[in-house]
Amino acid sequence: MDAIFDIPIIGVLIQFVVYVIAALPVVAPTIVAAATPIALGAMCGFMNGRSGVVNIGIEGMMLTAAFVAWWSASLAAQVVPNVGIGFLGITLPLLIGLLAAILAAMAVSAVHAWLSISVRADQIISGTIINIFAVGITGYLNLLISKQSPPSAGQFQALQLPGFIVNVPVLGFLLKSLIGVGPIGLTMLISVIVLQVLLFRSRWGLRTRAVGEHPKAAETVGIDVIALRYRNVIVGGVFAGLAGAYLTIEFGSAFQGEMTAGRGFIALAALIFGRWTPVGAFGAAILFTASIGLERSIRFAPPEGQLGEWLTAVPLQFYGALPYLITIIVLAGVVGRSLAPAAVGRPYERESKAA
Amino acid sequence: MRTGVERIRAVAVLPALAIGLALVLGAVIMILSSPLVDGFDLTLPVTAYQALAVGAFGSGNALVSTLVNATPLILAGLAVGIGFKAGLFNIGAQGQFLLGALSATIVAIALNGASPAVAIPLSLLAGMIGGLAWGFVPGFLKAFTGAHEVVTTIMLNFVAIQLVSYVISGPLRGAEVTFARTDDILAAELPILIGRDGHFGLLFAAVAVPLAWWLLYRSTIGFEIRTVGANPDAARYGGMQPKWITILAMSTCGLLAGTAGAGEILGEVGYMPASYGTTVGFDAIAVALLGRAHPVGILFAGLLFGAMQAGAGLMQVQAGIPVQMVSVLQAVILFFLAAELIVRRVLRIRAPGTGVEAELETVSRSYGEQTSR
Repeated sequence: MDAIFDIPIIGVLIQFVVYVIAALPVVAPTIVAAATPIALGAMCGFMNGRSGVVNIGIEGMMLTAAFVAWWSASLAAQVVPNVGIGFLGITLPLLIGLLAAILAAMAVSAVHAWLSISVRADQIISGTIINIFAVGITGYLNLLISKQSPPSAGQFQALQLPGFIVNVPVLGFLLKSLIGVGPIGLTMLISVIVLQVLLFRSRWGLRTRAVGEHPKAAETVGIDVIALRYRNVIVGGVFAGLAGAYLTIEFGSAFQGEMTAGRGFIALAALIFGRWTPVGAFGAAILFTASIGLERSIRFAPPEGQLGEWLTAVPLQFYGALPYLITIIVLAGVVGRSLAPAAVGRPYERESKAA
Repeated sequence: MRTGVERIRAVAVLPALAIGLALVLGAVIMILSSPLVDGFDLTLPVTAYQALAVGAFGSGNALVSTLVNATPLILAGLAVGIGFKAGLFNIGAQGQFLLGALSATIVAIALNGASPAVAIPLSLLAGMIGGLAWGFVPGFLKAFTGAHEVVTTIMLNFVAIQLVSYVISGPLRGAEVTFARTDDILAAELPILIGRDGHFGLLFAAVAVPLAWWLLYRSTIGFEIRTVGANPDAARYGGMQPKWITILAMSTCGLLAGTAGAGEILGEVGYMPASYGTTVGFDAIAVALLGRAHPVGILFAGLLFGAMQAGAGLMQVQAGIPVQMVSVLQAVILFFLAAELIVRRVLRIRAPGTGVEAELETVSRSYGEQTSR
């Protein structure tokens, strides 16, 4: 083995591959966990963007949902009995928190839909309003509530796979990383696949793509552009709600001001990098968080020899900036172009109304 | 021709209404949440707004504090506003601000032993160039590849955060500091002009506002910027070069936001931390919109938001209302401005024909078209 590693350049490359494979079992669950809220946020952006509405307010929607999930679960824990079904750590207070988070994100989405579709306001301004408001109101309420130190309602638990599956070489490990997760993580995986199929194989998908690319043509074949956009934007809120709830009742069990920390924007980047498809966005989310996983791994267990010197010579912050740099490069069309749906950002005005 | 007073009234009535409605809604939120503060209290908003006003205008030091808070908002607000005029949505004021702060810090630390007469101008210049560079990149990408500036500037904001974190916690980390930050800036520290902390940087905003107005409304370049913003095709037919105007406008935006960052570090903070928590770049979007992308409007909007930030501390101490209420108020003001059409219809106000919507016509509607200019 050492002989192969000593080959100039290629040896180091092989060493890198070996290092990554060795590190994978340790970092894979972290990568999937970090990618879950990003992929869910991207699904929200997907529902908006594909029907022709820009959403840069994903961050704010997620933050609102994260707060609402945590607070309502905590309130519920003080009122309703803390009964569980004994599976995935699902309890009544947590379910109430999840439901409240989804409803809250849908409500915020409805405001975004109203401003973007009916008022025909600038959609980027609408997103900015949502982001500023979310930081303000969650920070405001959190500070007031935390004085009374409310009890935590706990968090969802990961799916425990039976030992004989986990012990299957390669496949078992992959399954454990991907589906050995909590209910929101599982919902994310299912939604990615379902949305991908629906987008390209269903009437709804065809109509949504038509409305996002060429609303006028869609209207002439009898599609109600306004109604479809409203529906898609509000349903998109469900995913932002799940993303937010994931942070406070599945991944963790507490809320902190501004805890989304830019995940809503990374979600937007993942969506663009994934060429506006659910599976693409999920792949991008994994790739982006793998960059962070690699950074962790290098920080805590740097490889030995030449490779270690090279990897630790790169500033660790570079791995943090990598997803954004890649997105800029893709957007600029240097390596493969990512095109947004043609009608994104444009409010639709009916012909009959304009006449 | 409408007279000056009529024009001001036409432009100012909606922002004034938006502010009024926001204060009302803020009061409702305070009353509803008052059981969490100190028991149900209908007069809580009065106490809170009173404290806010005293903290912002109640004394000489309060007034200076308002100015100090307003300065970066005005500069970064101009950075967003000039973008609007050029048909560009600059979400990147945050990153440009950080790069300005970082570049100024690098030079200032290097010149810590020099005389202030050398250190101050060179550090400021470095800050301006740093911001300019961070504005140039999205401008260049927009002009030559069609990459939409909204997305590229958002991405660059995050790259800026990582870059600052690397430089400050790595090569520039101070020798005797307890957390990741630089040493104190000595020679390049801006002198205090008025009050306790009214530093020299206040003058940057005072100079930038008339300069931006002159640039936009009295210079050839400004005419070209506004023409490209209104209609890039018409500008091209008119013999202008939209590509270069786009790059020039974005670079100018970056320069202004970079100046704001440099001023904050050299005048207000005195060192640079590795994680510099600021929301000035996003508040600037609100400032530019409230000021209707006009330099004079941005001046007043910046002063208003600066006053709110200055008074927020006293509001928290005296009324128990967390400072985050200021963000809520800002968002609600923006909401009523964005819903302009509806507000007008409900309140039966005639359109002044100078709405910010007109300025933004080409901004987000061009989002899907990744055509180069």
